[in-house]
Amino acid sequence: MSADQVIVGLEVHCQLDTKSKLFCGCSTDYRSDGPNTHVCEVCLGLPGSMPVLNKKAIEYAMRVAKALNCEVLTESEFSRKNYFYPDLDKAYQITQYDKPLAEKGILEIDGDDGEKKIRITRIHVEEDPGRLVHMGNAERGRYSLVDYNRAGIPLIEIVTEPDMRSPKEARKFLNKLRATLEYLGVFDSEKEGSLRVDANISIVGSERVEVKNITSYKGVEKALTFEVTRQKNLIRRGQKVERETRHFLEARGITQSARSKEQEHDYRYFPEPDLRPLRVKSWVADVVLPELPDARRERFISQYGCSANHARTLTGELRLANFFESVVAPDPAGLSVPAATWVADTLIGELNYRSMSIDTLEPPAFTGLLRLLMAGTITDKSAIEVLRIMLDQHLKGETAETPDAIVARLHLAKTSGDDGALRAAIKEALAENPKAVADYRAGKAGACNFILGQVMKKTRGRADPAELNRLLTEELQKGA
Amino acid sequence: MTGTLTFEPDDPINAFLTTCRKAEYNNGPLSGIPVAVKDNISTKGIETTCASKILKGYVPPYDAHVVSLLRAAGAAVAGKTNMDEFGMGTTTENSAFGPTLNPRDTGRVPGGSSGGSAAAVASGMVKMALGTDTGGSIRCPAAFCGIVGLKPTYGRVSRYGLIAYANSLEQIGPMAQSVTDITKLFSVIAGHDPRDSTSCDRPFSHAPSADIKGLKIGIPDEYFGKGVDPAVAGIVRKAIAKLEELGATTVPCTLPSMQYALAAYYVTCTSEASSNLARFDGVRYGPAADAKKSWHDAYRDVRRQGFGPEVRRRIMLGTFALSSGYYGKYYAKAQVARANVRADFLRVLSDVDVIAGPTMPTIAFKLGEKSDPLSMYLSDILTVPANLAGIPAISVPCGISEGMPVGLQIMGRHFEDERVIDVAYAYEQAVKA
Repeated sequence: MSADQVIVGLEVHCQLDTKSKLFCGCSTDYRSDGPNTHVCEVCLGLPGSMPVLNKKAIEYAMRVAKALNCEVLTESEFSRKNYFYPDLDKAYQITQYDKPLAEKGILEIDGDDGEKKIRITRIHVEEDPGRLVHMGNAERGRYSLVDYNRAGIPLIEIVTEPDMRSPKEARKFLNKLRATLEYLGVFDSEKEGSLRVDANISIVGSERVEVKNITSYKGVEKALTFEVTRQKNLIRRGQKVERETRHFLEARGITQSARSKEQEHDYRYFPEPDLRPLRVKSWVADVVLPELPDARRERFISQYGCSANHARTLTGELRLANFFESVVAPDPAGLSVPAATWVADTLIGELNYRSMSIDTLEPPAFTGLLRLLMAGTITDKSAIEVLRIMLDQHLKGETAETPDAIVARLHLAKTSGDDGALRAAIKEALAENPKAVADYRAGKAGACNFILGQVMKKTRGRADPAELNRLLTEELQKGA
Repeated sequence: MTGTLTFEPDDPINAFLTTCRKAEYNNGPLSGIPVAVKDNISTKGIETTCASKILKGYVPPYDAHVVSLLRAAGAAVAGKTNMDEFGMGTTTENSAFGPTLNPRDTGRVPGGSSGGSAAAVASGMVKMALGTDTGGSIRCPAAFCGIVGLKPTYGRVSRYGLIAYANSLEQIGPMAQSVTDITKLFSVIAGHDPRDSTSCDRPFSHAPSADIKGLKIGIPDEYFGKGVDPAVAGIVRKAIAKLEELGATTVPCTLPSMQYALAAYYVTCTSEASSNLARFDGVRYGPAADAKKSWHDAYRDVRRQGFGPEVRRRIMLGTFALSSGYYGKYYAKAQVARANVRADFLRVLSDVDVIAGPTMPTIAFKLGEKSDPLSMYLSDILTVPANLAGIPAISVPCGISEGMPVGLQIMGRHFEDERVIDVAYAYEQAVKA
């Protein structure tokens, strides 16, 4: 290990995508509803209420344990983590402490130096607390309101060994983990707040810093990159890195020292007396895993002839992989290659630019677009224009037109020799640029390109370049 | 038969915190019978305070499972009875709303913590009542007031809706004038409830039988040793002799782990209590926290003003016992001692059918007599083992000392509540005749 080697370990909290909460029957589908509408005596922590474990949540966690090659404990146990905070209705969180559901797993990622195994320390199940809404800011606001809709949503916490060596590797781990969880059907990364990460980062030989409160995939890399710079600068100046907890302020892209008070918590863990010990090791054999990202990537290469890079990108997100397969389904042989390029290289960029989910786009519409392109009806440039229009229509909530309708409305079909419009545009361009014409005839070949550009402008990119070249040469020679 | 029962008892002994003047009832085995409910059991629409200022004004939006069962059986919920705050006490003097007096002698305590329920039954205000027993809180007041009280096997009655003091120890149980009424009430409340993961599918439908011929009774030395009033011990020995007359045989036995029982009990119950009672912060119910203060200051004020001294003492003890660095020394050790107590009882009960002894080492204390908390804790020594072991235990009146009732305690194997009930019934019928 080099002297300034970065060492990163993660604690990832993911909401399990169950229909009901971890310890009561309340619905988990609260995001579009008002505050405190998905609550009962259990998740409000009313006196006398008791938790009943949601079997589905444990089944989901078991899938994760198996997919991450973990050992499920013969007997695991729920414990109470005691602390006061207004979002914590019972003043303790039911979680797992010294007997987690599973431990000792592996997740293989595409690391900085090729394939790399990241060791999983443990996986445990716990409940989410409620949420505070501050009127003004948290420190100086007049008051805060509490929403317990989120209280009791099942979470799994996945803790890794300090096996990552850069912020980028941490992000890659998260991406791979997200994909795996989504393939397992237990997690929905598009739900707001469904993922939270605490990261432990140190420079070899120095103290470890815990960065809390990271709530996005990009945020992990940003927060850690900031920390690497901060810690390396301290070391370079001969100062010591303090062992501490820092908060990531996403908007400012920085980490900030948490008040030392918060580190003095003594959570007074003890076994939750209202729940029985969990003996589910025997379930492992019955957990049937679906196709996971690595297997799907291999299949994309062998079945669709995708390049290794395209296959990795396409299978890196469940929605993307599903979208791709739906798009090519009508004609895998003909559509696979262009679809891989267009989805992986073009569509993702356009979606990211608009912060859109791929869910908004219908695979048949995209298939239609590819078919127009393949049939030579439109140029690559027009295809991008059509795609952008389709996405913008979705974004604005307008009625989405089919690619054919857009092409017809904007006359984007390639102009060809049989189409008078192209000849007319050429004639117009020649008439408007007598000097260029003269130059061409005087033997300056470059003048042809200039005229070509003028025609392209007039046809707004619809002209097939080869066809245009042929017709233009024809016209120029005619006049000679 | 459905209707409304007018319940306006004369209550000079402060047995009730709330009375339901117009109590509705339905058809069923308990149709029209007024049943008093201890104030730590949630009753929809009826204030439930645990005799604490911190829950003053709290009206639960739901019924405890046992209350649903009572209503379904036709009973009229007559009112909510006084208790030691959150069940923490042996005298009912730790109520924020004043002590309950013993109807046999108003200069004495009724026992606790279900003192209100016991006094309401003993004074004839109601025929039966629900109590809760964490370390003797049904049996002690039953003994002190001269009624019958059963602490069921752990898991036999759902705790859903019981405001938890020490979850791993406590059970809801019936209190009544006679063993027959105990069985009537118990058959209504026993059975599985999916909302309590620790409840078992063991309903109760047993008609008590007075035939105890051939029954083998263990008599532990520890139940007649140091600290037990000789007069009380003598009365209980006479009661056991009566059981022998009825055909039972007795065997002396020892429970050496009993010397650790009180310590194991108090570490466990205070630890659980420190966590259970942390939710009372004035944010969601009860007297409201001052929203102008920081949340931390507001919590501290609400809790300081809302909890009585004994509750504060136990929260502090439990918080300490669970602290990092002390967990292994206290909580973890208490669990080992608890397992030893359980093993000791199971060992003895593999040889004998039931264990018998006094319920309490003395008769009811005079009001104010147990001002020192430690001497009060010591008086729980004969009742806490059954809670630590999770076994059923019943207290049945067996005589009078200094004009006050004495209770005979019968403990049995897990889920053999029927057997301890039969022994109590046999004794009750024999002395009645």
